[in-house]
Amino acid sequence: MKGISKSFGATRALDDVHFDLKRGEVHALLGENGAGKSTLIKIMSGAIRPTRGTMNLEGAKYSPASPLEGRKMGISVIYQELNLAPHMTVEENIMLGQEWKACGFLRRKKMRQKACEVLRLVSHPEIAPDVPVRRLSVAARQIVEISRALLEKAKILIMDEPTSSLSGEDRHRLFRLIKQLKGQGVSIVYISHFLEEVQQVADRFSVLRDGKNVGSGQMEEISLDGIIQLMVGKKVREVFPRLPHEVGPVALAAFRLRGKRMQAEVSLSLHHGEILGLAGLVGSGRTEFLRALFGLDACHEGVLRIGKEEIALTGPRLRIDHGIGFLSEDRQGEGLSPGQSVADNITLSRLAPYSRFGFLRLGLRNKEVERWIQRMKIKAQSPGQSILTLSGGNQQKVALARLLHQEAKVLLLDEPTRGIDILSKLQVYQWMAELAAQGKAILFVSSYLPELLGVCDRIAVFYRGQLAEVRPVSEWNEQSLTAATTTGRTSAGLH
Amino acid sequence: MKDMTDQTTKTSSRFRFVANIVAPFLGLLLVILIFSLVPEVQDRFLRAGNFKSVATQSVIVALAALGMTFVIISGGIDLSVASNIALSSCIVAFIINAGLPPWLGVLGGMLTGSAIGLINGSLITSLRLVPFIITLGMLGIARGAAKWLAENQKIDAPITWVNDLMARSPQPPWLLMAPGIWLMILLAAAMAVVLRFTMFGRHVFAIGSNEAAARLCGIRTRRTKVIIYGLAGLFCGMSGVMQFSRLTVGDPTVAVGLELDIIAAVVIGGGSLSGGQGSILGSMIGVFIMAFLRNGSTMMGWPNYIQEIIIGFIIIVAVSLDQIRYRRET
Repeated sequence: MKGISKSFGATRALDDVHFDLKRGEVHALLGENGAGKSTLIKIMSGAIRPTRGTMNLEGAKYSPASPLEGRKMGISVIYQELNLAPHMTVEENIMLGQEWKACGFLRRKKMRQKACEVLRLVSHPEIAPDVPVRRLSVAARQIVEISRALLEKAKILIMDEPTSSLSGEDRHRLFRLIKQLKGQGVSIVYISHFLEEVQQVADRFSVLRDGKNVGSGQMEEISLDGIIQLMVGKKVREVFPRLPHEVGPVALAAFRLRGKRMQAEVSLSLHHGEILGLAGLVGSGRTEFLRALFGLDACHEGVLRIGKEEIALTGPRLRIDHGIGFLSEDRQGEGLSPGQSVADNITLSRLAPYSRFGFLRLGLRNKEVERWIQRMKIKAQSPGQSILTLSGGNQQKVALARLLHQEAKVLLLDEPTRGIDILSKLQVYQWMAELAAQGKAILFVSSYLPELLGVCDRIAVFYRGQLAEVRPVSEWNEQSLTAATTTGRTSAGLH
Repeated sequence: MKDMTDQTTKTSSRFRFVANIVAPFLGLLLVILIFSLVPEVQDRFLRAGNFKSVATQSVIVALAALGMTFVIISGGIDLSVASNIALSSCIVAFIINAGLPPWLGVLGGMLTGSAIGLINGSLITSLRLVPFIITLGMLGIARGAAKWLAENQKIDAPITWVNDLMARSPQPPWLLMAPGIWLMILLAAAMAVVLRFTMFGRHVFAIGSNEAAARLCGIRTRRTKVIIYGLAGLFCGMSGVMQFSRLTVGDPTVAVGLELDIIAAVVIGGGSLSGGQGSILGSMIGVFIMAFLRNGSTMMGWPNYIQEIIIGFIIIVAVSLDQIRYRRET
């Protein structure tokens, strides 16, 4: 791709961008949200046309009019939201749009064979072709989508945040597959916010910032800090800010608590002024524990104390009234109301201050929301703006603002930095530190070990539904945490 | 190793298939069983003649339900079906009454039905409005057009062979059942094949399951949708012909509210209103569950409202059972 520019009205999303991809290489495309990565892959895949610039594919001019044409030329995108038909079987999904037929009838046997063949090709013959896709794990669904792309004889695979919902083991399997595909001559454009992973997987990198090339080169020749510096455009002195804070009395204590979806009872206490990290693989029970704490899942066993007071194990309303706030990992599906405004989303859990005789005083509310927008540095034009028009990072800020607006003293944060850009991430870390310094208690679930190690005071590890270990952060390092999340034990010889 | 996994997946898929069909089928058998155990109606209910008349009564709903199955699997809904049946039947009567040959009337009815369906489909895809709204509008438009055509009365028509289509005792006698019933059986079989064994059928499922994914895979979703609604309209047209055949006149006020019966049949048979699920056999069983319930209740001398209440319960029970099964599977 040469000199690609794309303007949307007056805004210039891409400005004279160059990008080249060699056969059989993994090329990481990096940059913050809004840097122009998505625009670039949309142009590559044919979803939009560049305002200026040319593309060449294997020496020939390439200007796809639609994603379909792009796919026919061998360029497939594996999107963050998976594009599968959940009711249909694996085979039906793989063959979708490329069915084989004879005399108007489907050649089902042949197609099934072909699907099996492709699944073997990606080293996942254990995925059965007759199972409906909705019964597969997220990782297996991704494999199905990759299989579909390979069936189309993809020469270039564009992977957009492929690991954001995978657990450790599945990530490694995906990396192995990427290596294998590379060996088969497939080129891969790899987009991820997980920079450590990118370092592992990619051969080369290109960084975009504000729609411009700011750097590219061999992956081995650059450090993590160097990449971050390129992405952010300034030197990040401290990724994980630490403010002096004092751990106070117990804020929240669960004693032998067991929610409906938990496999075992869990006892854990959280102190004021403390950031307690919860590590664990996807499905290890950390999210279930958080949901039980907040009352989203019914609890039939156990005791929950907030401060010194034991509270009834009813739904979320009572917990909110007692100062617990919960940030869902599923921002779009559960965390926010997508069709509504910034103001609605921030104040939804505490409308009482703006209510007089049952009517909402919208003017008063807007003023207050404007203060929050400034305080949280949310990039929104007005309180009335729909949150759908905000970037992921700004949406997350809105979700956090809601917890602070409802005056939560205990914050349960489930993957608060997932899918948001680096600057927003740093912002979230900063706030967590500030909030802890103010004496709030924070429970922080994350799949990203470096941030747990960087931010938390203590880290608890969940393994197969059980609380396996709790230790101060000084007694953990990345190896021991990885060991604990994948085996339930810290391996011998550590500390 | 490979053979083993193949074996288990095959049995699991076969099991699913069986479970999908057996569940509604058991419901149908249960309904028949209940009425055949009641001594007062037993002998009348179990007579072959009674089964034949239940089948005849079902033809109109069944034909429309065939098209509705496609619509619902694709994640849509068609509320205009009953009005479409009424309009098509009036067209048939109008043409025959005008002295034209009966086959032209039949053709006219079918074309009218298809046209309404194609208009539905085109409006849904071009205006990008939800099918509920478009077909709700068409429900009024088609019904109004039927009344206009009939000048708010019934359209009389001379008796022709068209009326034999739904006759109790068919000519020639070796047919055993009315030609309409045979047509229903043949079309149901054909549509089951189309749904399972053709690309079109697979694309219908794909659109209902995840329309964005279908489009991404190069399926012409708009065109497919227009065809789906057109097909549903064609079946309404045939249903309209049968309606005329049975009434011997074109009545613009016929089949009011019948769309709910048609949708209910598909849903009882395992169709999901959110798309991606459903089968022809299931829908047909749904039609017959309701028909046998009506028939049995009438024989028991139960008033009409009892039938309505029972059918209401059946819809809720059938769909919630289906939901439980679905959840357990996932």
